[in-house]
Amino acid sequence: MTTYPAAPDTSRTPGIPDFPAPRSSACPFAPSPELSALAEHGPVRRVRSWGDSTPWVVTGHAEQKVLLSDPRLSVDFANPGFPSPIDPRHSRAHGERPDLSFVGMDDPEHTRLRRMISGTFTIKRVEAMRPAVQRMTDRLVDEMLAGPNPADLVQALALPLPSLVISELLGVPYDDHEFFQTNSKTLVSAVATGEERGRAHKALGDYLDDLIGEKIAEPGDDLLSKLGRHVRDGELTRREAATMGVLLLLGGHETTANMISLGTLLLLQHPGQLAVVRDTDDPRVVVGAVEELLRYLSIVHLGRRRTALADIEIAGQTIGAGEGVILLGELANRDPLVFEDPDRLDITRNARQHQAFGGGTHHCIGQPLARLELQVLYPTLFRRIPTLRAEVPLEETRFKYDAVIYGLHELPVSW
Amino acid sequence: MKITVDEEKCCGAGQCVLIAPEVFDQRDEDGIVVLLDAEPAAEHHGLVRESASVCPAAAIHLDEA
Repeated sequence: MTTYPAAPDTSRTPGIPDFPAPRSSACPFAPSPELSALAEHGPVRRVRSWGDSTPWVVTGHAEQKVLLSDPRLSVDFANPGFPSPIDPRHSRAHGERPDLSFVGMDDPEHTRLRRMISGTFTIKRVEAMRPAVQRMTDRLVDEMLAGPNPADLVQALALPLPSLVISELLGVPYDDHEFFQTNSKTLVSAVATGEERGRAHKALGDYLDDLIGEKIAEPGDDLLSKLGRHVRDGELTRREAATMGVLLLLGGHETTANMISLGTLLLLQHPGQLAVVRDTDDPRVVVGAVEELLRYLSIVHLGRRRTALADIEIAGQTIGAGEGVILLGELANRDPLVFEDPDRLDITRNARQHQAFGGGTHHCIGQPLARLELQVLYPTLFRRIPTLRAEVPLEETRFKYDAVIYGLHELPVSW
Repeated sequence: MKITVDEEKCCGAGQCVLIAPEVFDQRDEDGIVVLLDAEPAAEHHGLVRESASVCPAAAIHLDEA
């Protein structure tokens, strides 16, 4: 009898690790232990994802920095080799991917659209918002202190602050804040159904579309008025402008909210470092602490995804044209070649080389604003509520292990 | 030290403006880098090197020959 060897079961081939691999609930602030182990075997590795796809994973800091600026990598998720962030065998259940405006486009179109609004995010203009962000933060802390104790910090502070800041930036009239907040909350809610999120997405898109119409008639000094001028000049349709508005809302909302809640919890675990943030008179100390929290927490943790448009040689490997590439920022941010003793939280280190906001042409456009919100929020919170403590032990805290943006479902606190 | 900046690659992050404000600025209209001093005095070299090294778009080039 002739026996034929079975087709190789490549799902178990040694040396091709599975991806994604979750963080460990024993170390909720650390990257996935499997992926950290992978990084020790070289900065560029092939992985197995969703059954039969074998994209490349890049873990090294230097390699990611080079690739993030390489125009031969495309962000367009319509490319056949694009590494899907969700299991394509179940993707129908997730519905259509939302239009993310220029985030899903390559240059030159990406840069043409991005530069219509990038002037809003210069260091000077964002710095000018500091007093307003301080006022919003103080008001939210006032409201939290006037409400029930214990409270959920996610609902009381982490989600509303970015939403208020973005509505200010876009130029949403104060009377519409409640509508805007309610819908933006649904849009990023972990418990809302896909249908509810879709409705909120459309409601916000329609609302911003109308508002841009009003701004064209009566321009102000805000971002929607700026977009209105581009619509008037024929460089943008009103719907494209409204989509950009929704993108800014989405991009700046859950990300900043999760940094607020996770960073607060992490500092509560490190009372000595918390005291430094709370008691310092030197704004540079707070700036440095925020950079270290961004590095250490690395909330964009399912990879920045690209498709190679040509063969790319990197770190002794050849990424073939058409293959998927996944850049793992949380491992770049723990690369011992760049950060000494990378698993130690040290708010006094120089963490500026971190890739929490990505890099290259798609580097996060809202990053100065996110940094400002965090620089205001942490010291304000710990100064105004020095007795703040987590109500739930760490092992019972609900971390968002599966979410595209890492964070907390809720953070019950008392004072 | 001679500095050149690549306006096409620049992503307007402003990290250089924060680190070395005497050497770098940003255009108001789109945040793209403005080089204030292409051959800065030696006292600025350390901060200029850090600016080039943290630039998220790798848009700052230094010629130190």
